[in-house]
Amino acid sequence: MSQPTTYNLSARVMHWGMAFLLFSMLFAGLAMVQSLQPWHLTLLGLHKSFGVIALIAVMVRLIIRLRTATPAMPDSIPALQKRIAHASHWLLYAAMFAMPLSGYFMQNAAGRPVAVFDLFTLPAVMPVSLPLYGFFREVHALVAWALIALVLVHIAAALHHGLVKRDGVLQSMTGRKK
Amino acid sequence: MLKQKPSALPLRYAVIIGAVGGLGALLFAVAGGLGQSSVTAQDFVNLQEGNNPHLGFRRAHAKGFCIAGEFVSNGSLQPYSIAPQFAATSTPFVGRISIAGNNPTAPDLNAPVRSLALSFGAGSSRWLTAMNTPPVMAVGTPEAFYQQIQALSPDPETGERNPERIQAFFATHPETQTFRNWQAGYTPTASFASEIYHSINAFYLINENGDRQAVRWAAMPTISSNEELDSENVNALQNEFFARVEAQPVAFDLTFTFANDSDDETNPTVLWPEDRQQVVAGQIVVHQAMPENEGNCNEINFDPLVLPKGMAATADPILRARSAAYAESYRRRAREHFLNSSLQPSPQKESENSQ
Repeated sequence: MSQPTTYNLSARVMHWGMAFLLFSMLFAGLAMVQSLQPWHLTLLGLHKSFGVIALIAVMVRLIIRLRTATPAMPDSIPALQKRIAHASHWLLYAAMFAMPLSGYFMQNAAGRPVAVFDLFTLPAVMPVSLPLYGFFREVHALVAWALIALVLVHIAAALHHGLVKRDGVLQSMTGRKK
Repeated sequence: MLKQKPSALPLRYAVIIGAVGGLGALLFAVAGGLGQSSVTAQDFVNLQEGNNPHLGFRRAHAKGFCIAGEFVSNGSLQPYSIAPQFAATSTPFVGRISIAGNNPTAPDLNAPVRSLALSFGAGSSRWLTAMNTPPVMAVGTPEAFYQQIQALSPDPETGERNPERIQAFFATHPETQTFRNWQAGYTPTASFASEIYHSINAFYLINENGDRQAVRWAAMPTISSNEELDSENVNALQNEFFARVEAQPVAFDLTFTFANDSDDETNPTVLWPEDRQQVVAGQIVVHQAMPENEGNCNEINFDPLVLPKGMAATADPILRARSAAYAESYRRRAREHFLNSSLQPSPQKESENSQ
């Protein structure tokens, strides 16, 4: 059975859509925790709403990832490097789940409902607790920095494949010219 | 695979380093305050907590106790707001009475400001309000408020306030006049139950037609108290309130003042004229008072921007800034409680128990 040379269209749409969403969320999160300006409240509301969207998106994306064939890495890549690449992809998935979940849990522990665009409010899943809030609030920040580190390494590796090695790995996600 | 010119390699690496390094640098810069105005939430809380933070405590209004009771609404605000608290019904609340300052063991009677904070309802009906004894803010922006706290802070060398610095601050901020007039005419009473607690900032009530009415509110006492308190007792006011609630419930009238079109609801330094319409929405009845380690108010961040449907925040910059600064204080004390589960919210009660 032959493997495809690119990720299928649904996987590529999810990848680039989420890349845009994740950077928006990271920049918004880093800025809003410091700001004393009136836009703070608006941004916080959007951050929570889009956080719920990010959680749904990563679940959809995981299903697509598990159910579709993924392109094989070129034979020119050593086995160890392939294993590291795979591990980094699953770490990215773990971080993409941990970000919205820790955000949801910390709001729960603070007794603050998460409202999605004023349409509906997510249920509370844990008691209001100061130590629990302290834990999930710090997890939310630490995972954010871990995600930033992973994404930067991911971009560096993708550009290295695309610009230096030119082995088709970058094109498996950008799509190939016909 | 294309054969590449070796001479192009350094350029390609430069592109990679530039792209990844640039993105990383931008993220670090935003985390470090790029794009922020001169004062951030962290600056504020750093200033409030001082050099020796009291771990696990609120960075402002550190000393307080929990209360519980009900808001008995008379329904008179129903035409103005769809918030369920204003229907002719009674809504239970959890609250906190506190004094200003970062010291959880400060003497009650020395505090310049006393506070009443309440939390009613749940989910999209939740309403948090943190009310203080002054009716107005001294200043109208977070930057000026930061300077005010700086000016009022004790000199690190002498441990005393510097009157010249305070004078200089007020001289350059004429908007502080209303606050200073209140301060000059204010006499602290002998009970937390006999104070007036003001929302200070204005909010909107929103009815079923979507009409907005700008309001301020205040909890007005229903008793007066001028009895002599023991000025040596650091918990004089707290003990007085505990004894009072033990004997009978403590009530406040929750009174709303309606702005006219000529009032600027975004300016917390100005009092609205006295002829403005006032509506008593009902009574806040305190049935219980307990130390923080026995109550459930310590885990509440009394963020004044948590409002039910039927109420909304004005664009008042101080109101918006309060929310962000409270969140940073909440984060810090929550982290301390997570890292050290033996932290107690109310050390003064422990010494009472051991007596």
